[in-house]
Amino acid sequence: MSRAVLASVALLSAAALGYEVLLLRLFAILQWHHFAAMVISLALFGYGLSGSFLALAHRRLEEEGRFPLLFSASALLFSVAAPGAVVVVQAVAFNPLELPWDWGQAGRLAVTYVVLSVPFLFAANGIGLALQRFQTQAGRVYGADLAGAGLGAVGVLGLLAVMPPLEALLAAGALGVLAALLGSAGVQSVRLAAMPAAGVLIWFALAPGIVLTPSPYKPLSQALNVVGVQVVAERSDARSLVTVIESPRVPFRHAPGLSLLAPAGPPEQRALFLDGAGPVPVDRRLSGEQEPAYLGWLTSALVYELVSDPDVLVLGGGGGRPVSQALGEGARKVYAVEADAKLVSLLRGPLSAFSSGLYDDPRITVRIGGARAFLAATRWEWDVVYLPSMAGGGAGLEALRTDHLYTVEGMGAALDRLRPGGWLTATTGVDLPPRAALKLAATAAEALRRHGVADPGANMAMIRGWSTVTLVLGPRPLTPDEREAVRLFASERGFDLVHLPGMTAAEANRHTLLSEPSFHLGVARVLAADGGMVGYAYDIRPATDDRPYFRDFFRWRLLPSLMAEKGRGGPGLVEWGFPVLAAALAQALVIAVPLILAPLLLARRSVRGEGRWRVLVYFLALGLGFLSVEIAFLQRVVPFLGHPVYAASAVLGGFLVFAGIGAKLSGRWALGSRARLPSLAVAALALAYAAGLGPLFEAAGGLPEAARWCVALLAVAPLAIPMGMPFPTGLARLAARGEEGAALVPWAWAINGCASVVAALLAALLAASFGFGAVVVMAAVLYVVAAATVP
Amino acid sequence: MTARGLWIVFCLVVAVALPASSGEADRLDERRALVEEVRKMGRLDREGVPDLDAAVLAALERVPRHLFVPEDERDDAYENRPLPIGHGQTISQPYIVALMTDLLDLPEGGRVLEVGTGSGYQAAVLAEVGAEVFTIEIIEALGKQVAERLAALGYGAVKTRIGDGYYGWKEAAPFDAVIVTAAASHIPPPLVRQLKIGGRMVIPVGNPFQIQYLTLVIRETEETATVRQLLAVSFVPLTGER
Repeated sequence: MSRAVLASVALLSAAALGYEVLLLRLFAILQWHHFAAMVISLALFGYGLSGSFLALAHRRLEEEGRFPLLFSASALLFSVAAPGAVVVVQAVAFNPLELPWDWGQAGRLAVTYVVLSVPFLFAANGIGLALQRFQTQAGRVYGADLAGAGLGAVGVLGLLAVMPPLEALLAAGALGVLAALLGSAGVQSVRLAAMPAAGVLIWFALAPGIVLTPSPYKPLSQALNVVGVQVVAERSDARSLVTVIESPRVPFRHAPGLSLLAPAGPPEQRALFLDGAGPVPVDRRLSGEQEPAYLGWLTSALVYELVSDPDVLVLGGGGGRPVSQALGEGARKVYAVEADAKLVSLLRGPLSAFSSGLYDDPRITVRIGGARAFLAATRWEWDVVYLPSMAGGGAGLEALRTDHLYTVEGMGAALDRLRPGGWLTATTGVDLPPRAALKLAATAAEALRRHGVADPGANMAMIRGWSTVTLVLGPRPLTPDEREAVRLFASERGFDLVHLPGMTAAEANRHTLLSEPSFHLGVARVLAADGGMVGYAYDIRPATDDRPYFRDFFRWRLLPSLMAEKGRGGPGLVEWGFPVLAAALAQALVIAVPLILAPLLLARRSVRGEGRWRVLVYFLALGLGFLSVEIAFLQRVVPFLGHPVYAASAVLGGFLVFAGIGAKLSGRWALGSRARLPSLAVAALALAYAAGLGPLFEAAGGLPEAARWCVALLAVAPLAIPMGMPFPTGLARLAARGEEGAALVPWAWAINGCASVVAALLAALLAASFGFGAVVVMAAVLYVVAAATVP
Repeated sequence: MTARGLWIVFCLVVAVALPASSGEADRLDERRALVEEVRKMGRLDREGVPDLDAAVLAALERVPRHLFVPEDERDDAYENRPLPIGHGQTISQPYIVALMTDLLDLPEGGRVLEVGTGSGYQAAVLAEVGAEVFTIEIIEALGKQVAERLAALGYGAVKTRIGDGYYGWKEAAPFDAVIVTAAASHIPPPLVRQLKIGGRMVIPVGNPFQIQYLTLVIRETEETATVRQLLAVSFVPLTGER
């Protein structure tokens, strides 16, 4: 086997993993969803399908001399399919918003799922062929595959730093062409075939029609429809695509929560959109001395009634509005933490003159980094800690996007950074019937309880405008003077009191009238000691690090009653993120599982042999268990590395590499009496990680980024190495049974593949309902089952 | 040609001609069925008026909704659902159109401003209840298209404009009612000021396919307005399982 073959396997593997990570970025830009679970599932679907295909066709594929051609053909097909699939999916134009009205959208979701999995099928075929062809040196091929995957995971982040996602996708395709040429072993026909494939990529790169077309219902698409609007700046990296637009003819006036009584509206604005979502406004500041007056007429200004000359920590500086608001309300110093470096560089660069040098103001310190990591690392204290506003959002389609600041632990970490007499403040959107406001109150109350506050309601105030709700909470009760200040602020601006210690229901519903004071009554019940919202139609349990979905309120029993009200617009009252993911799971069961099993059924590969069901249970448990652990781990890494795409790269790449090492080491265990040990070790380690990983990441949160990457990867290793062992162990033990066992091998692959496809989605859904702790416990049980059923 | 041959030719001609003629037809039966569906749903904003105004329902019955949607959506035009009309916009759900029109409580011949013309369907319904309609669209392509459509369908009296709706239509103010179907982050104060005393403004809140709630602003005096937030659905979130 030549080095060229090894290099080509590594390249193809890198390209496939790069494509997987790129799909996460592309989904974020094109759609609303945080589609990580679906992307992982469809990638595994491609790999599973390939496993079944190769298991059946291997005799024909293994004929002497065919390998270079077949391998290179697979790589070339990948190279064209990777960008091609994205083009097809854009044409399919799945619109999740229309799902309640049009079942045809479910079909489009299914087509999206299948089409995007095709490149993975080709890449897996190429790698699988190499493993079959060079069975005696399978270790080296496997090593090249894993090294490539690791390289791809890191390489794609670098690629995204220097080019937009669509170009990066073509680069992944070009890697496929390179892999084909390297693996062709001089076969002339491959060289000839490579030319059209390269030609297709060049055509994709040059053709003006091949562009990313985000959903027309995303806020950026809508804004770009307006006459006279133009894009004035664009920045892209692995984290996000930031678009800055100006609209000279129809000015932006984005001011959620603005009082109807405000003497002035917002000034001229530029609008920032992150992956097409937003807008995040940047206000025109006429000078460095004067802040726009309207900022004092937002509900979020309430906190400044309770402090004077405060030092303020703004988590999530965005377009600078909360910073400017703090200065306008008399802040002495403002410390702004922003996770996205591009926003800071835009405000210091092209938008600096527009904002009168806001971020260069000597009163302001700007720090780039994740908010949770910052809170964990800093020892400073402030008079006000300002959480990023949750107002606005993506039609409930962001429901399964995790947020680690709006959790009991996140708010607790923020409370820890308050000076005596300081206040934490958070703002969310108004929804009817109320849910975000109630969940915010529930989460804050729990954070206060853990802080040792016996009666959290005494330490909280909440007000409501037409479109926003603002909460203020602190480690001590509000004094009578402070309560009066809240009352005055609200009544002067036409805001309603939702919660204030000692208020009556009659005070609650005076300005923006509801048929009943549902916000006030709801929060009162949330704060009642008996947890009085048990029967509520929405899930308003406090968000926790274990279940970090602040925006998800979905309960299954909500769906029938609101779909029965479809004629009156009932679907508008549902957050669709959860049901859309459930639909993806349903179709994975209906489409992916039969397709993976079909080749075996068609070829009449019967399941026979003694203890066959035991074998199937073993591989089923492994498939479900592995992905559950991986997804739960991924979840923990997101706040630690600061972004889902970073976490996906580290975790997907890390698990592949370390599980691969485990697989390599498994030989010595496989046939002995200790074959059960790795599975039992995984069960024990998974539980230990569930308890210990949070504190570890918290302690390491203040480290520099490169060091945090090392910590994350080192944390993967002890878990992933034993996780890589049970699968090859099972296969080896089957092989040792002779022909009867060998007949079960394709089934083992297929069952494991099906389980993985399902588990990627199931784990995400279970986490939203029961928390990641529950997912890990389930995974541990599955590994115990695997230990008990070792073939 | 035999009689049988002639019969076949006749059948073919009819078969070819039929879809075309039904496409052109008024589709009154479908519209009546839709209006009946909407009528049964009534009005659930708990203001003591259980039924939708008969004049609003009659208007809904007269406006050919299928001529306000793109051709590939026409089959579904008389479903009680929102439909895409291009440019990331939708034509609202007929029930919501009826409810919003009803909430405006227009006097006979009242003057109404619409911000966000969209397909022009809402404007046509307002014209059919006898209102004098002024409508502003922010998307140029949509605005031009809808002006032609309204004129062609006999709603030439509706006055259209392309541009910024935030400051309303000063020359035509004050209005008996304003309806804001474009997304708004806050209630535009200039629009409140263009309402007559006692005038009503409706703002639906949600995304293009899903209305979450409606806001009703009533200008009580020169200086004051009341704001109400209303659910269109009948839904009690607290089921009381305690």
